[in-house]
Amino acid sequence: MTKSFPGVLANEKVNLTVQQGEVHALLGENGAGKSTLVKMIYGILRADSGEIRWQGNVVDIHSPAFARSLGIAMVFQHFSLFDSLTVFENIVLGMDVRDTSNLRDEIGEISTRYGLPLDPDRHVYTLSVGERQRIEIIRCLLQHPKLLVMDEPTSVLTPQEVEKLFETLQRLSSEGMSILYISHKLDEIKALCQRATILRGGKVVDCVDIESETASSLATKMMGEELAASSPKQPNTHGELRLEVNDLNLDAEDEFGIPLRHIQLQAKAGEILGIAGVAGNGQDELLSAISGESVSGDNASVVINGLESGKLGPNQRRMLGLASIPEERLGHGAVPGMTLESNGFLTAFRRLGLLSHGFIQSRASRDFAKTVIDRFDVKANGEQATASSLSGGNLQKFIVGREISQNPELLVVSQPTWGVDAGAAQTIHEALRDLATNGTAVVVISQDTDELMKISDRLGAICGGVVSPFYPTSSLGIEQVGLLMAGASIDASVSGDAHVV
Amino acid sequence: MDILIASLLTIITAATPLVYASIGEMITEKSGVLNLGVEGMMLLGAVCGFATVHFTGSEALAIGAGMAAGAGLSFIFAILVLGFQSSQVATGLALTIFGIGLSALLGQELVGIAYDGLPKLAIPLLSEIPVLGPLLFNHDILVYGSIVLVVFVVWFLNHTRSGLILRAVGNSHDAAHAIGYPVLRIRFLAILFGGAMSGLAGAYLSLAYSPLWIENMSAGRGWIALALVVFATWRPWRVMIGAYLFGGITILQLHMQAQGVGVPSQVMSMLPYIATIVVLVLISRDRSKIKLNAPACIGKPFHPTS
Repeated sequence: MTKSFPGVLANEKVNLTVQQGEVHALLGENGAGKSTLVKMIYGILRADSGEIRWQGNVVDIHSPAFARSLGIAMVFQHFSLFDSLTVFENIVLGMDVRDTSNLRDEIGEISTRYGLPLDPDRHVYTLSVGERQRIEIIRCLLQHPKLLVMDEPTSVLTPQEVEKLFETLQRLSSEGMSILYISHKLDEIKALCQRATILRGGKVVDCVDIESETASSLATKMMGEELAASSPKQPNTHGELRLEVNDLNLDAEDEFGIPLRHIQLQAKAGEILGIAGVAGNGQDELLSAISGESVSGDNASVVINGLESGKLGPNQRRMLGLASIPEERLGHGAVPGMTLESNGFLTAFRRLGLLSHGFIQSRASRDFAKTVIDRFDVKANGEQATASSLSGGNLQKFIVGREISQNPELLVVSQPTWGVDAGAAQTIHEALRDLATNGTAVVVISQDTDELMKISDRLGAICGGVVSPFYPTSSLGIEQVGLLMAGASIDASVSGDAHVV
Repeated sequence: MDILIASLLTIITAATPLVYASIGEMITEKSGVLNLGVEGMMLLGAVCGFATVHFTGSEALAIGAGMAAGAGLSFIFAILVLGFQSSQVATGLALTIFGIGLSALLGQELVGIAYDGLPKLAIPLLSEIPVLGPLLFNHDILVYGSIVLVVFVVWFLNHTRSGLILRAVGNSHDAAHAIGYPVLRIRFLAILFGGAMSGLAGAYLSLAYSPLWIENMSAGRGWIALALVVFATWRPWRVMIGAYLFGGITILQLHMQAQGVGVPSQVMSMLPYIATIVVLVLISRDRSKIKLNAPACIGKPFHPTS
């Protein structure tokens, strides 16, 4: 199959075979052409050349509805959900059957059987990314598909949720369903899949049996080079206090938001503070309370660099040395229709002096965007590409890079590596580490516990809008983090030298 | 008492065209398309409706002609906006200007001709109840029709699959396309419906409200209909409340002017516009409700290939 877009050949003579009942991995870095390939299989894009055989017959998949009628279902990386509609309405829209009388029962049955709890009457815009993904999965399972395509499904799930999802997927495949599993998390692929097709630069590099491969041999094939072993974490000597949150309370914006209650945390220069938590427990609210998007009534509740700033707006807080990266990239972290140069300018202009007497210093902002693109290996059509034209992972690299390159004194970041590949995740982790080493206080809010265990110095969790105490990461095991994420107290079980902050 | 009933009746006739035009526009906007050509479509509907009743004498044909004229004009809009991806704002404004000019041209020979107006349909028995009877059960067919329309639209949007798809397309055309709904076809139909309702609103003006044709007789009602949709936060019942509020204050200030209240007439003429907007803003300021009802994709062009 071949597909080209203006400027790029996204897929070049790609072959892919999926057997019945098999979990087949589609492996590749961002921009390797995975999404393009599955979009052709699902009928969203048409191939320039090549053919698709379904159960032995050549088929022309001209529309998603036709794909569904064949028995192909897909869970998208960018969810196809309607924000202002309820969960139930979203599911109805994804179904081709018109009879919806039994649908509620069916949804309830599937969500309990596969451990995907959902309230059908909630509106989607009130849900977290993880909860939104559940809608997509349920929507697919309701169609009893023969082939289930999953695009990066685990990037937003907790370890327990991933385990549960894997059980579900294994049960489905033992019932005879084929699963095409797109990921770049090699250990997951090792655990779940039988065979893998590896894409690089739009071409198939190899098709292998997972049994006979190791994680590192897969990584080598995917990246085309050895992945450097990640540098061991340097224990940091903590410097002065950069961020202090004192008894922060914030009411929810609407009935489905999470109210923040008695938030207490401190981040010091040179450390990475990790906040774990399952999606939808107040992470977004906490981030906007620190970044200044939500203003607190109590000026002393947020102290940045020693200055009480609870009532300051985002730009004033940026002037104090704060940089922040929200979870949602398009529309929150970046303006979709604007170029990378403009998007770089928008958050960097104050700190980097890109504005002089009210005029944009266009050369300086262009150089800034170029620097970010080079340093973080962002695959884009130059700094004049629009933000919306980038793949999710590449845009994330650009946004993280943009904030890191401003050398902030305090950086708050939510889900820094969601949807980016292993190589890019490592680049981002190293950049965050370097930043901390150079004296920045970094707060990382993430659902990826492995990531937090790897990079953070102190670790806590948020659950139901309440933040747990923080413990040195080295004193915590993954089970204890799991307890914190569930809102339980672990004081008794942590070794004596842990100091509570 | 009779005077009171008479003025309440004029309120209903003043509100009815606004109900049609703004409910039609609301459906168009729910699909994610902003059509600013309501004023133009109303005028074309008014002149075509009046011409038809003048030359054929058939009210049914006249109503049909008004709807067809509005739908015809919106057809041009749909081709330009959906087919050629032209800007919805600019195209809509052009449509209004075009409609004003075309209706004036077509109506040149019709100015000053008299017509009795649509016949009243008294509902037997009910219309004989004192006070309430003449107020509620003795109207022309289009007044009843406007109430039926609102009920139908509420039911359609909230309880039918087609209504759900319409809202979905206006909420995120990309997601709707990814699932496999024909975004452009749905928007096309929504635009035609909006056009037909605007045309009908215009026809009501020339057939019932002030049964005659004069140039530019809609006098900005198309714009008020557009404003009603937004300030009523895309909810049919509130659109209707707004329309009746506007109609009510229009009539009220006319009576006050006639009584010689010591306020400049220009200020009085502004009243319905200001009061309607203020009231609707006040009752619709719940942010999460706006988020739920406003079509997120409004005004954005959709390219099915990308």
